[in-house]
Amino acid sequence: MAVTSNWCRCTSCHAGYGWKDRHFDFAPEKIDCLVCHDTTGTYKKFPTDCGYPPLKDKLFAGKKLFKAVNLSYVAQHVGRTSRESCGKCHFYSGGGDGVKRGDLDSTLRAPSRELDVHMDAEGLNFTCATCHTTVAHEIDGRHYDTPAPGARRFALPKDDGHRVRCESCHGRRPHRAEKKLISLKHLKLNDHTDRLACQTCHIPFYGRGLPTNIYWDWSTAGRFKNGKPIVEKGPLGRPIYHTKKGTLKWGKNLVPEYHWYNGTMRYLLAGEPLRLNAKGQVLLIAPAGEPDDPQSRIFPFKPHYGRQPFDPVKRTMVIPKLFGNKGSGAFWTEYDWQKAVTAGMTEAGLPFSGKVAFIETVHYIPLSHMIPPKEKALKCAECHVRQGGRMEKITGIYIPGRDSFLWVDRIGIFICVLTLFLVTVHGLFRMVMSLKRR
Amino acid sequence: MKEKIFLYPRFERFWHWTQAFLIVLLLLSGFEIHGSLRIWGFEKAYYLHVYCAAGLLILTAFSIFWHLTTGSWRHYWPVKEKIPQICYYYAVGIFRREAHPFEKRPDQKLNPLQRIVYLFLKIFLYPLQFVTGGMLFLYKWWPKLGIKATFSGTVYWHLLGAYAFLLFFILHIYLTTTTRPWYNHIRAMVLGWEEVEVR
Ligand code: HEC
Ligand code: HEC
Ligand code: HEC
Ligand code: HEC
Ligand code: HEC
Ligand code: HEC
Ligand code: HEC
Repeated sequence: MAVTSNWCRCTSCHAGYGWKDRHFDFAPEKIDCLVCHDTTGTYKKFPTDCGYPPLKDKLFAGKKLFKAVNLSYVAQHVGRTSRESCGKCHFYSGGGDGVKRGDLDSTLRAPSRELDVHMDAEGLNFTCATCHTTVAHEIDGRHYDTPAPGARRFALPKDDGHRVRCESCHGRRPHRAEKKLISLKHLKLNDHTDRLACQTCHIPFYGRGLPTNIYWDWSTAGRFKNGKPIVEKGPLGRPIYHTKKGTLKWGKNLVPEYHWYNGTMRYLLAGEPLRLNAKGQVLLIAPAGEPDDPQSRIFPFKPHYGRQPFDPVKRTMVIPKLFGNKGSGAFWTEYDWQKAVTAGMTEAGLPFSGKVAFIETVHYIPLSHMIPPKEKALKCAECHVRQGGRMEKITGIYIPGRDSFLWVDRIGIFICVLTLFLVTVHGLFRMVMSLKRR
Repeated sequence: MKEKIFLYPRFERFWHWTQAFLIVLLLLSGFEIHGSLRIWGFEKAYYLHVYCAAGLLILTAFSIFWHLTTGSWRHYWPVKEKIPQICYYYAVGIFRREAHPFEKRPDQKLNPLQRIVYLFLKIFLYPLQFVTGGMLFLYKWWPKLGIKATFSGTVYWHLLGAYAFLLFFILHIYLTTTTRPWYNHIRAMVLGWEEVEVR
């Protein structure tokens, strides 16, 4: 799925307004300031109007009323960004509340301490921008393949404008005992931070706010019941089948997957040959990083699995047109993958063989939010355990308790058991001999 | 005829039993950290291991001082005599109630075989465990200390050392019982006095 050919729907969040096709110039006057700087909460965009807010009252999908925005009222109430301002887009990425990320959803508007120690409405009450500081409107964070900085021990804003990393505020050795002079526990916790990201221990579960989508099978989309679209709700109150979207699976309080991560993601771009993982899934967006790279850390991810259309002849992923008028080929009006992909690929200007099939995919989402209080951090034994631990699949590193030297153990145990046996026999023989003598 | 002789002064007995206690705890907690046992859980086992190791290090420092100042280090000086006889004794003689070829005296407490084994323990195994263990503990400071090694390689040697200690432990415990009555050596290490045959 991509933004190309779905401009008007997707650009209600993806940069800009008045963005109708590929030929948009990203001039500053076309960047909508109010999405972020509105404090009135009345500035809402109409979902399908190419990023323009409604200037008249309008109905979306015949149901939801979008009130006309009083632009002069909003303009008189611009202010600092809030969690709400960023959340308007970020809580809803993937098509609904909490769907895509599993660590950002609308429960972060006023979270409890339990959910997020930093954004805790009654405590620290951070906004997104407290961590995601801006320098001339470059919001800090990972920008595609540029890692968030943090090589320095302290990244002060003056020498390092981009500073979103836990270490920026907490430093590299953040753990210290409150009362004791030295504490072995805190000493050793600090010793982990060169190989483990803070998030690994401090985000033991994701999807702690709302259910998040974990599997999305597009291949089943387009079924109707008596000519009517189907929406079937599952136990978590989320659709498990949706005519427009296909089959969906949801989860709450899930255990992340761990990977080496140097702060950059590898993207599979449209038209690129497929990269498969060991399970035969196409890696759409996957973390880059190596155990022997000192910049890489073990990092928690939400894997987002799916089945998506691809071109079985050219073996590339395809871009279907989802949103559009009748006759445009758009999937959500005509429910024909063939047409939707042909239309999408033509608009994107990419080669397409004319055949559509479906393939399992995976997309990794790095987790950095919803940090629970420190007591909830992972315990030592959840990683340092022979089997079934959190670090089970991590390669390239020796982890005490998980790893061993099989042959040293075997030979060592063999020799010790043999010795034990021999001395027992020796002892028994001594006993027998002394009994005989009596 | 039997005679009581005083073999082990107070510090030596204290040293021996504290050391024995610490080594047992180190073996148990060490093998728990390694993943072979389950007693306290990884976290507590790790702290216990570090504390016991620190304790043993301090104790060893004191005992080195004690051995040097009292001259007791001489007991570990290796000698060649009687080694074949002692081997023969444990293989055959002991079953025939023959006398131990070695005569225990306050000025020669350890038989030649013990001398070799304890010397090996002191100049090889102890340093091996202390050095590799210390390295593992200070793993994150290697770059600053200029140590070039791999973590897993260090674990490997530390693990070999641990099995060697376990082997020593099994043999040592058994050999303490090879007197008459069987608890004679153990009692001596508790009270300081041992009953020996007068020849
Ligand atoms: C409710 C706002 C919203 C809408 C509508 C929206 N997106 Fe997004 N999208 C986001 C946000 C926020 C991100 C940033 C990614 C993140 O949170 O990690 C994003 C990221 C993406 C990415 C980058 C991959 C990723 O997940 O990191 C793709 C591709 C994408 N969107 C496609 C689309 C398409 C195609 C549409 C139209 C069908 C669309 N989006 C509509 C909010 C939205
Ligand atoms: C993606 C969200 C976003 C958009 C869009 C955006 N800003 Fe900002 N802006 C921020 C953030 C974050 C800050 C940092 C201070 C804060 O938290 O409000 C900021 C700060 C500012 C400040 C400085 C406020 C101060 O007190 O330091 C001004 C002025 C400003 N923005 C104007 C604009 C204008 C004009 C536009 C439209 C061209 C715009 N912004 C678009 C997010 C945004
Ligand atoms: C108008 C919708 C919108 C608003 C409001 C918004 N963002 Fe975004 N933001 C996006 C989208 C869409 C992307 C993904 C960019 C892309 O994939 O094209 C993004 C990307 C990001 C990224 C980089 C993520 C990555 O995967 O590289 C960060 C960090 C970020 N936004 C933070 C913020 C913060 C902080 C605020 C509030 C000050 C904010 N955003 C407000 C839509 C928005
Ligand atoms: C406690 C500090 C903190 C707060 C508060 C915070 N973030 Fe983040 N955020 C981070 C860190 C750290 C990262 C990881 C940056 C990296 O390593 O790439 C991150 C990453 C992101 C990303 C990019 C994720 C990716 O795919 O790489 C987005 C988008 C984002 N944050 C949005 C938000 C929004 C929206 C809010 C407010 C609701 C918010 N953040 C509040 C610390 C914070
Ligand atoms: C090996 C797992 C682990 C890693 C990695 C880790 N932490 Fe922690 N963290 C913990 C645990 C466990 C506690 C609770 C300590 C306690 O009981 O006092 C904690 C406590 C904290 C606290 C509370 C203050 C304190 O000293 O108790 C802060 C702040 C913190 N961590 C931040 C971080 C940051 C920032 C990073 C990354 C540089 C990080 N942590 C990496 C496990 C970890
Ligand atoms: C903008 C600065 C900032 C950033 C970035 C930041 N923190 Fe914090 N964090 C704080 C402050 C301030 C506190 C409160 C300290 C206190 O109460 O003593 C805190 C507290 C904590 C606590 C202790 C909670 C408790 O139970 O006492 C943990 C754990 C923690 N942060 C982890 C993280 C992690 C993990 C990240 C990265 C995702 C991160 N922080 C990023 C500023 C930050
Ligand atoms: C999130 C998983 C995780 C947790 C939780 C965790 N560890 Fe580790 N630990 C690792 C990994 C991975 C390594 C190997 C990486 C390295 O070299 O630091 C490691 C290495 C170690 C080492 C050997 C290296 C050294 O620095 O001494 C010790 C000891 C250790 N951990 C103790 C602990 C203790 C004690 C705790 C709990 C307070 C703990 N670990 C919690 C993952 C974890």
